[in-house]
Amino acid sequence: MRTSERLPEHPEFLWQDREPRGAYDVVVVGGGGHGLATAYYLARHHGITNVAVLEKGWLAGGNMARNTTIIRSNYLWDESAGIYEHSLRLWEGLEDELETPVLFSQRGVLNLAHSLGDVRESRRRVNANQLNGIDAQWLDAAEVGKLVPILDVTDRPRHRVLGATYQPRAGIAKHDYVAWGFARAAHALGVDIVQNCVVEDFETDGDVVTAIRTSRGRIACGTLALAAAGHSAVLAERLGVRLPVQSHPLQALVSELLEPVLDTVVMSNAVHVYVSQAHKGELVMGAGVDPYVGYGQRGSIHVVEEQMAAAVELFPVFARAHVLRTWAGIVDVTPDASPVVGHLPPYANAFVNCGWGTGGFKATPGLGAVYADTIAHGRPHPLAEPFALDRFRTGRLIDEHGAAAVAH
Amino acid sequence: MMSLPCPHCGPRDETEFGYGGQAGVAYPARPGDLDDRAWAEYLFVRDNPRGWSTERWVHRAGCRQWFVLRRHTVTHEIESPA
Repeated sequence: MRTSERLPEHPEFLWQDREPRGAYDVVVVGGGGHGLATAYYLARHHGITNVAVLEKGWLAGGNMARNTTIIRSNYLWDESAGIYEHSLRLWEGLEDELETPVLFSQRGVLNLAHSLGDVRESRRRVNANQLNGIDAQWLDAAEVGKLVPILDVTDRPRHRVLGATYQPRAGIAKHDYVAWGFARAAHALGVDIVQNCVVEDFETDGDVVTAIRTSRGRIACGTLALAAAGHSAVLAERLGVRLPVQSHPLQALVSELLEPVLDTVVMSNAVHVYVSQAHKGELVMGAGVDPYVGYGQRGSIHVVEEQMAAAVELFPVFARAHVLRTWAGIVDVTPDASPVVGHLPPYANAFVNCGWGTGGFKATPGLGAVYADTIAHGRPHPLAEPFALDRFRTGRLIDEHGAAAVAH
Repeated sequence: MMSLPCPHCGPRDETEFGYGGQAGVAYPARPGDLDDRAWAEYLFVRDNPRGWSTERWVHRAGCRQWFVLRRHTVTHEIESPA
């Protein structure tokens, strides 16, 4: 065989897949973005390196591979602004932190308003954001049209654009690079990444989780940290805890590669579509969740049809684009559309991170840092404290249905 | 899209229905006796099974009747309860 016909050598692996050892100080269940970021910050910030990340499939093959990569921090309430803005600031330094490209592109995010109610809610949110030091602006329809020329801001559409909130520092990133970057950096600090390792059950002694039974053997743990997104409720049930989450399919899709036409992110809560154009050129779009509980990582086609109808109504130029593929991730939605981060009662050494619903990707670095700090010190980080599971008992909910941008 | 068996109208497209969540969640018989934890459980916590789910649907665009069916949350198989 001539040299030119030979396949190139496989590049250096970014991390080594490990056989699980019998015991770890901290076992993180879930090898998605959140689990990997948590492991990284445990090692980096707290010197806790005897850590395993258990992933039932392949690394970052769940929601990390299925989301639409939108990053923003323009949430309504102070508690949300705290954790999402913390995350956005970490995104802004993440390439230097991980010494790897993640294609973080601060191209701005628009949240469209289509009704007087939308306008009022949006302007209120802009004001709340500004009070929290977040770069939110209100744009009227003409300003939106100037920013996004292909968006139809005339009075033709059934639900015409009356204006939008705009966060210039928001944007997108390359989800795979983010996961690989955290995996590489965590591995370099001594974290074991164990793929194809299904958590089957737990061993407990009173209020202590002592070990995890997996498809690759028993693993004793000093501390258990769940980061399993849509499957959190299934795992918690094994520990006898019922979480206030419902797992829904959330669908997304991409078009074929197109010339650059859209250099920002446009979201519409009311007509149910959000769209950006990825670096390679495909349009990436998402919609609302399928209404029922589902774990099959697929949804119903009519949800995609409604999403496409909304997209074409807003962007007439998209009418000739083709859907290349669609898929779904399983998102765990809480009653107040805010996450649950903190202790997992009644256990003294177990922590839970779940309920990010449709927007967990943007929180990856921020959650990782906050959750790692919570685990390392055995008490909630100040930014995590409001998101304790106990808020459903006390009634101190953090209602982010308005800012979550996806109806559920 | 799923085809759901309305007990009154027969099989119809999923788009005609609304989802009502877990079946059999009754309003507390003695609400005054519930502590905060029990209220939280009643208000916010529902089964979230990976597997068979017994749940309510309403034939919103048809006979507008509520009914209960069993659906598998992974395979989307459906059976009406006996």
